[in-house]
Amino acid sequence: MGLITAESVSKEYRTGEITVKALKGVSFDIEPAAFVSFVGPSGSGKTTLLNLIGCLDKPTDGQLKVADTDVSDLGRKASAEFRGSHIGFIFQDFNLMPVLTVYENIEYPLLMVQSLPPAERRERVGKLLQGVGMADQRNKYSDQISGGQKQRVAIARALVTNPKLVLADEPTANLDSGTAHAVIDLMKKMRDEMGTTFIFSTHDPKIVSEAEIIYRLEDGMLVGKSVQSGGSDHE
Amino acid sequence: MNNLFKIAIRNLRRYKRRTLLTASLITIGVVFVLVFISVSGSFKAMMIGQITDSMLGHVQVHRKGYVASIDNLPLNLNLMLPMLKKLEKVLGAQEAIEAYSPRIKFGGMLSNFVETTNIRLNGVYPDQELKTVPLLSSRISDGKALLEKGEIIIPALLSRGMGVKLDDVIVIVATNKDGSVNGKQFRVAGIIESATGPGGRDGYVHIEDAMEVLRMTEMEVSEVAIRLKDFDKLASFTDTLEGLLAGEVNKQGKSVFEVHNWEKLSPFYNIARMIDIMTFFVKLMLIAIVLISIMNVMIMAVYERIREIGTIAAIGTLPGKILSMFVIEGLCLGILGTLSGCILGVVILWLINMAKITFNFGQQTGLILSATIQPADLAIISGIVILVSVIASLQPAIKASRMEPIVALRHV
Repeated sequence: MGLITAESVSKEYRTGEITVKALKGVSFDIEPAAFVSFVGPSGSGKTTLLNLIGCLDKPTDGQLKVADTDVSDLGRKASAEFRGSHIGFIFQDFNLMPVLTVYENIEYPLLMVQSLPPAERRERVGKLLQGVGMADQRNKYSDQISGGQKQRVAIARALVTNPKLVLADEPTANLDSGTAHAVIDLMKKMRDEMGTTFIFSTHDPKIVSEAEIIYRLEDGMLVGKSVQSGGSDHE
Repeated sequence: MNNLFKIAIRNLRRYKRRTLLTASLITIGVVFVLVFISVSGSFKAMMIGQITDSMLGHVQVHRKGYVASIDNLPLNLNLMLPMLKKLEKVLGAQEAIEAYSPRIKFGGMLSNFVETTNIRLNGVYPDQELKTVPLLSSRISDGKALLEKGEIIIPALLSRGMGVKLDDVIVIVATNKDGSVNGKQFRVAGIIESATGPGGRDGYVHIEDAMEVLRMTEMEVSEVAIRLKDFDKLASFTDTLEGLLAGEVNKQGKSVFEVHNWEKLSPFYNIARMIDIMTFFVKLMLIAIVLISIMNVMIMAVYERIREIGTIAAIGTLPGKILSMFVIEGLCLGILGTLSGCILGVVILWLINMAKITFNFGQQTGLILSATIQPADLAIISGIVILVSVIASLQPAIKASRMEPIVALRHV
């Protein structure tokens, strides 16, 4: 049984009289600790799919299971609780809280979502600060660090709750090439250390090559899957 | 909870100018209300003090029906001796009473042997009267307040109008309740100013002289004025006394006594009520200021932070916690405005008192405005502002908590 199982997942958006089919019967299976990328041109349905996996949206049709939970029809509060305990998010614009320091941003999910005791929070945040190489920047605010550093903090924040899955929508879009590769390398390293599944979307071919499993999306349909780094390619 | 406050305070500091502007608006509102309440309250207290302590007393007891025709000073509605004794027995047992004074009130003619005019007279025991209405002596513009038998205190209006001076001899002529007329000479021992302005025609004589003029064979009084030890217990005392005297009924089974506090006896109570109503509306203005300014700021805060709301919602923050974040932010803004308003208000009140502003009330001139604010008033104003701050934050906070994370994250 995979960590994520999608069976004929469809998503439609209705704007007035017009119905847009963002996803058309997508099926796939993602194993734990995988390093997966969804690629495709703009409008292919990458972000829609990540939103569905991340319980930020619900499929119009089909079944989507994440960590043995059918997330297709979770309520508002249940979705929030599920996200808080199973999923980490990395955003294209980093989305750090500007009023919190680097340390506090990473600590936020433990404090406000999981309500862990201070000692455990300190231990987890300290470990991740070391892991992402931001220990010496811990007291800085987000406007005092670079884009690459912000994304490192975002990665640490996504991982601090020990989620089974981290979703990253275009995590390198706002970074230069060198920093983008460094961020992807960091994500891989954290996957190796923590066994977390990473799924990210991108349309940057250089970044795509870093993924171990690549799903290609076009017009809302899954048109191919590639397995790299030891896996066999089968399009 | 501490962390919610920390985030709220940091968000307020993030938009310093806006926070200061809103807090200043609340501060100005709080200061205005505090100054208004204390100044108007001081004026009201002084006015009530003048009315009760120099004329009416805090409570009065009459025979049933007397107050309805009080302007006629009806002698046939006096409290007769047996009633008076019963009343004095009840009053003597009341711990709350500081002093009481029986009065015979009657109308008469005052003559200086050249001119004659009408006068309202109060027959009193001078020492008891001065204990019951201690400011009476401050109204004596000339002469003494402590009357002796054969002496009269006449109103300044008549003194000036008829040219009657201290130590002059005048004649009082009055009709008793049987219709017979009697007269008595008095020596003018004092001139009294009206408590409430020009026009007062009330004079004072010794109660035994009043009995003599009215040919009373035994004591009967028009009213008994009562002074309480604690004015704040006026309402409860009035109720208690009414209850105690309710059992005293006549042969027809009807109550003998009626009890009124100053509020029922003086038209100035309506001025006091007007001051209360004005204070209420000033408080309403403060509520409107706080409500509009905080709601405005919080709506802007939510609008500006939609992506942040989307982010924290996406990573699993429950709607209730998001709601708390924004409510606490409004609460902190309210507390900031309240605290600075209270501090500034107290400083301004101190400056007002230092300036020793004077004003006149009736014949009393040069009264110094003593603006004071009770801790209870400060607490009530602060409570109102803080409560309204929370209420004003609720709508934007609910909006933020109900935001779909996917929609919020797409917001540009």
